[in-house]
Amino acid sequence: MIRLTTPITEEAIRQLKVGDEVLLNGNVVLSRDMGHKFMKEQKPEWLKPILENMVIYHCGPVVRKNADGTWTFVAAGPTTSIREEPYQADVIETYKVRGVIGKGGMGKKTSEGLQKTGAVYLHATGGAGSLLAERVKRVVDVKMLEEFGSPEAFWIIEVEDFPLVVTMDSHGGSLHEIVAQQSQDRAKALMA
Amino acid sequence: MSECVVPTLTSAEVVASKSLLPQGWKADMSNLAGLDLTLCATELLRRTTSRLPQDVIDALVKGRDAEEPGSRAFNTLNDMVRNIILADGNVSPLCQDTGSIIFWVRHPFGFSQRAARKQLRAAVMDATKRSWLRPNCVESLSGKNSGTNMDPFHEHHPAIHFEEWDLPHIEVSVMQKGGGSENVGAQYRLPDAALGAGRDIKGVRKCIIDAVVKAQGQGCSPGILGVSIGGDRVTGWERAKELVLRKLGTANPDPKMDVFEKELTQDLNTLGIGPMGYGGATTVLGVSAEEMYRHPASFYVSIAYMCWSSRRGTLTLAADGQPSYDL
Repeated sequence: MIRLTTPITEEAIRQLKVGDEVLLNGNVVLSRDMGHKFMKEQKPEWLKPILENMVIYHCGPVVRKNADGTWTFVAAGPTTSIREEPYQADVIETYKVRGVIGKGGMGKKTSEGLQKTGAVYLHATGGAGSLLAERVKRVVDVKMLEEFGSPEAFWIIEVEDFPLVVTMDSHGGSLHEIVAQQSQDRAKALMA
Repeated sequence: MSECVVPTLTSAEVVASKSLLPQGWKADMSNLAGLDLTLCATELLRRTTSRLPQDVIDALVKGRDAEEPGSRAFNTLNDMVRNIILADGNVSPLCQDTGSIIFWVRHPFGFSQRAARKQLRAAVMDATKRSWLRPNCVESLSGKNSGTNMDPFHEHHPAIHFEEWDLPHIEVSVMQKGGGSENVGAQYRLPDAALGAGRDIKGVRKCIIDAVVKAQGQGCSPGILGVSIGGDRVTGWERAKELVLRKLGTANPDPKMDVFEKELTQDLNTLGIGPMGYGGATTVLGVSAEEMYRHPASFYVSIAYMCWSSRRGTLTLAADGQPSYDL
């Protein structure tokens, strides 16, 4: 088990390999469909200090607003990452992002982006919304809440021992590619 | 994270003690037109969003125990069980994607569908305010979130299917259908030259294998499949989705289909996709298939993919108005 704390250096990221189990600590930034389109098309400057050497989490949480105006994450598992495939590599490069958390894995373009910039794809257990929300220590800030709505906003949260597996590394390795290939071969045999 | 978790949920008594319904609440079935479903439907959503049906839990545990202890597949299924226990205990959503909300209402003559639609919408709005549901209803082109889970103009969300029947009681079933799993559903038109799939049961089987391979872990495997064979593009899909409501482990009333489902489930679990696409022997928890009639020229195979977090449940209002919940 490898403990990592954001912000993360390129050197630390380059050491990670597919299959490594990671417990993540520190701030992560939530972003999904609207956020990625926005980052690729508009490249807002104000996000640069927020994202440099940080980790993006593909997640649209269930949140609760408390009486004192603070927020609590009620459920916060990963959403399907492949929808961000057209945007992810550009976002990683523009903002020098070191990690992307999601589920289901991503494609070739993202893999190339991970290799070029020095970043990894970290897989969280999909559907484990309650389990993962327990690892959210606090909501630090939220951006674009009005514009995007709560599932799509840039939530900045602090996590503690957030359980992840490296399924795509910065050396071109991808567990998703291996499983896909093996299952396609098996499907051919089943259909024969 | 690898010690084996025993899936002990809170007891039926504890669940009932947290109910929104006042003790002894009963529906007034002598006045069907004046019935108010709002509170008992909100209670249904409280349960479905936080508590998985027992048959789904059993299937996940069976899958976990068949994986190699300490493997990623084992640990992932174990985390799923852990999540189920937590959500149940906290009465919090099992998954942040609380899904599209789909109701099926079966009722006797004299019941007002117009009133029920308003009440079910109110129940969904209330459950959203209580953070049991995420606001999941956005305008398509702008992406603007209504914030309430309501489609304000066309009333397509929540989706509500009504059917009048010849029985004295009312049944309200609900499914919380996650977006990730919805995206990996598929509809095939046979014959399919690329798959080499003809208009027969072998062809149907090829479509299903293809859909599961294409889905990989994206739909939050291990998945539960509802498959309709035939119908048209709309009725086929509708039926496929409704088939996901069937309890895992119950036999298909059609013996031929029952054998097909069981053999196919075994075959799909040799694909090696595993929980969340990590690899492993648990790729699907079950298949529910049904043959429909079709136009001679059309042959559709519609495959609804449900994630492992198969949130579904049924509220029954008995002929005497007594409510009961079956998840």
